[in-house]
Amino acid sequence: MPSGIARSVHCRREGLSLTDRRTTDSATPAAPVTEAVTIEADAHVDAPALEMRGITKRYPGVVANDRIDLEVRPGEIHALLGENGAGKSTLMNILYGLATPDEGQVLLDGREVRIKGPSDAIAQGISMVHQHFMLVPVLSVAENIMLGEELTSIPGFLDTKAASARIRDLSQRFGFDIDPEERVGRLSVGSQQRVEILKALYRDARILVLDEPTAVLTPQETTEIFGVLKRLAAEGHSIIFISHKLYEVLELADRITVIRRGKVVGSRTPAETNENELAELMVGRAVSLVVDRGESHPGDPMLSIDRLTVRNDRGRETVHELSLEVRAGEILGIAGVAGNGQDELVEAVVGLRKPTQGTIRLDGVDITAEGARSLHQLGVSYVPADRHRFGLVLSYPLTDNLVLTDYYGPPYARGFVRNERAIRAQAVEAIARFDVRTPSADVAAGTLSGGNQQKLVVAREFDRDLKLLVLDQPTRGLDVGSIEFIHRQAIQKRDAGTAILLVSAELDEVLELSDRVGVMYRGRLVEILDGRTADREHVGLLMATGGREKVSAES
Amino acid sequence: MIARAGRALILPASALVLALVVGAIFVIASSPLITGEVDWNLPLVAYLALVKGSLGSVSGWIETLVNATPLILAGLSVGLCFKAGLFNIGAQGQALVGALAAAAAGAAVAGSPPVVAIPIALAAGFLAGGLYGLIPGALKAFTGAHEVVVTIMLNYVAIQIIAWAITGPLQAPGASFARSPDVGSARLPTILATAGHELHAGVLLALVAVPIIYWILARSTVGFEIRTVGANPDAARYAGMRPRFLTMLTMSAGGVLAGLAGSAQILGVTGYMPAAYATNVGFDAITVALLGRAHPVGILFAALLLGGLRAGAPAMQIEAGIPVQMIDVLQAVMLFFLTADIIVRRIFRLRKVEGGVDELQTVSRTYGGQTTAP
Repeated sequence: MPSGIARSVHCRREGLSLTDRRTTDSATPAAPVTEAVTIEADAHVDAPALEMRGITKRYPGVVANDRIDLEVRPGEIHALLGENGAGKSTLMNILYGLATPDEGQVLLDGREVRIKGPSDAIAQGISMVHQHFMLVPVLSVAENIMLGEELTSIPGFLDTKAASARIRDLSQRFGFDIDPEERVGRLSVGSQQRVEILKALYRDARILVLDEPTAVLTPQETTEIFGVLKRLAAEGHSIIFISHKLYEVLELADRITVIRRGKVVGSRTPAETNENELAELMVGRAVSLVVDRGESHPGDPMLSIDRLTVRNDRGRETVHELSLEVRAGEILGIAGVAGNGQDELVEAVVGLRKPTQGTIRLDGVDITAEGARSLHQLGVSYVPADRHRFGLVLSYPLTDNLVLTDYYGPPYARGFVRNERAIRAQAVEAIARFDVRTPSADVAAGTLSGGNQQKLVVAREFDRDLKLLVLDQPTRGLDVGSIEFIHRQAIQKRDAGTAILLVSAELDEVLELSDRVGVMYRGRLVEILDGRTADREHVGLLMATGGREKVSAES
Repeated sequence: MIARAGRALILPASALVLALVVGAIFVIASSPLITGEVDWNLPLVAYLALVKGSLGSVSGWIETLVNATPLILAGLSVGLCFKAGLFNIGAQGQALVGALAAAAAGAAVAGSPPVVAIPIALAAGFLAGGLYGLIPGALKAFTGAHEVVVTIMLNYVAIQIIAWAITGPLQAPGASFARSPDVGSARLPTILATAGHELHAGVLLALVAVPIIYWILARSTVGFEIRTVGANPDAARYAGMRPRFLTMLTMSAGGVLAGLAGSAQILGVTGYMPAAYATNVGFDAITVALLGRAHPVGILFAALLLGGLRAGAPAMQIEAGIPVQMIDVLQAVMLFFLTADIIVRRIFRLRKVEGGVDELQTVSRTYGGQTTAP
């Protein structure tokens, strides 16, 4: 055993010096670290690759980080779990040099370091893969990766060839299957994410921070990226994985640190914990992860779509002759990888996009030609996927946001004159009823947390007599507590007899809520399954391939 | 409320201070030409003269208000459009066309009693400006044509229309230079006068427009729609508002205000329209709107400030020997610091306002070519 420790320390040193050599002579690809397996096995006895000690960061009115300790070992996948606003981002911003801690130290390989900014962080071997990719779509993979650290042959001239060679090398070593010459805009979301990871590896990152990397991926892509991350860890990279998907964290991480309200509330290995405990740690109370959807009692067809064809902004047909039916008192969930026509379908249903063919009926009445305003008046509510872009005006106070879709009529306006008193009264009431956490009704919506912003949208759109409710990714980016709240509200609406069309790229959400599940693939509904019996893997496969016919037709 | 107003004032106030500092450097640097040696006190002398000339006497006040009148109206035009996310560089052209229409209508009814003539002349300027603003509004709404490009070009078109009309059908017979006939009884009454200085009633029009525009924006549903389209056009569409209609409406309303600015000048100051009417009101209005943070009350004060600078300039020239063009320098530097707000924030270590300054975003967004086409 002692010899084992000695060897692993030795290996690590060697790994380090390799990294150093790579930094000084970046054009030469480094030899793979072959002793990686030993490193992983002995990870527990190693000095941490990264240690954050007693990190405290105060912002006016809040302690974002309160004496946080975090230890990440070489070759470890460390999950950081916490609700939105718990302080994960602040901690990672400190690590990445975007914020300076008021107290505490950051140690890399046992040496205290001061990280002055992102470029400094990168130089020290820390890289971050953001949730929203920082890529330029019109540039090639190689150009994107070089960006900010351009290789030149003659000064002023890019040496794309050398960079491409190095990227191809890295790509092969980790099994990425990425062509450096391809334009980023033509890559799938999953591949774009790999480009981001490649970018980090190209800069010799030893510590890789991934901010909710699976939020945009299909189950298959998720499995693939997990494979990549495990390989990276096996080669001695340390990975900090931020997520709020509990089962993913349990599957991937070596160690899980849970943060709540700026404090570390627990640290576990996957073997010693489970989803329920983690959720409880995160939220601070027992949460039901799966809202009991109960029995549905579907009535008459409320929304009937018949052979609907819709084009996107570029004139491409993204919905082809799609037909579906949602009955009163049921939730029809539509699963699918983003970009398979869901956006256009939803926009057509809520009156924001004119279909080129087909009909949409609401309660038997043809509404194909109606606009958003009249559909809203007919009892159609819509919770858009992008609450920042569609659902809210972030610079407006909560009062104005709560009447965004019905500001024009009584009681909020008489003629052209707004009734400020009625608007205010309704805001105060809605804020109390939907438990929106805010200092007052007059603060800008942009100052609220994501969960509270979504509660605003839900308060406005749910709280009236509805025939049809269209939910487009209603819980995207929200924490467990807010998800539970919104799911409960949706079930309540369903039980009150509202027809609900739920579109989500989050397969779990679709499976948990829907009475029936449809899979959308390339503008068509490929299959409709029973929501209670649908198999996760099967639906995932349908999302990725569109079903067997498609696969055989393509191959 | 007060805190919010204070925060909104920081940027314009900083820009003003910086402009005065830069102006002082100019004055000191040019002082050897005026006094023969470097005169460190000259900026103080000049600025004091400026204040005295604009605020030190009733005549100064009259000049300040007369100068401010078209700036208030045109500033409201640009500011209102900012609220809808539109950058109206065409206030200049709209003012010119409004002025021409008011001059033409005024001349036509020059013999009628003032109670008839004045409303007709003003209505002509109102309508002409509104229609001239509708052109870029409609082009943007239906073809996506960029309002910045269209309005800049329409400014040139306006100059040509005036040159043609005044040297052609509208030329006053027997005048020593090309100009329209006198507006006669359509002339706005004088409400205050000192020797050589007259305050025309157009100032009342401007002062009434401020609360009206404020009320529309803050308290009416259509104002809410205009603000929403400006703040987030996607959310406006989602909420069932009509971005196309609102674009046309706002550009027309902007045209109306600018048209009234031009009308007030013709009916209140000159009494006729010359073929080469020298005005810069539509461009100064951009500075006014930015300085006033696109808020009607802010615009009022910004217009009074710029009007006062112009009114005090002659006194500055007489007492300190600084040419009146100094005011253009001050105004240009102010505009520079207003639009390059990042520099001001650096200098004064101001924190970035949440979400940024809307009207500046409109300026940079519209120039970046990113359209918010409906």
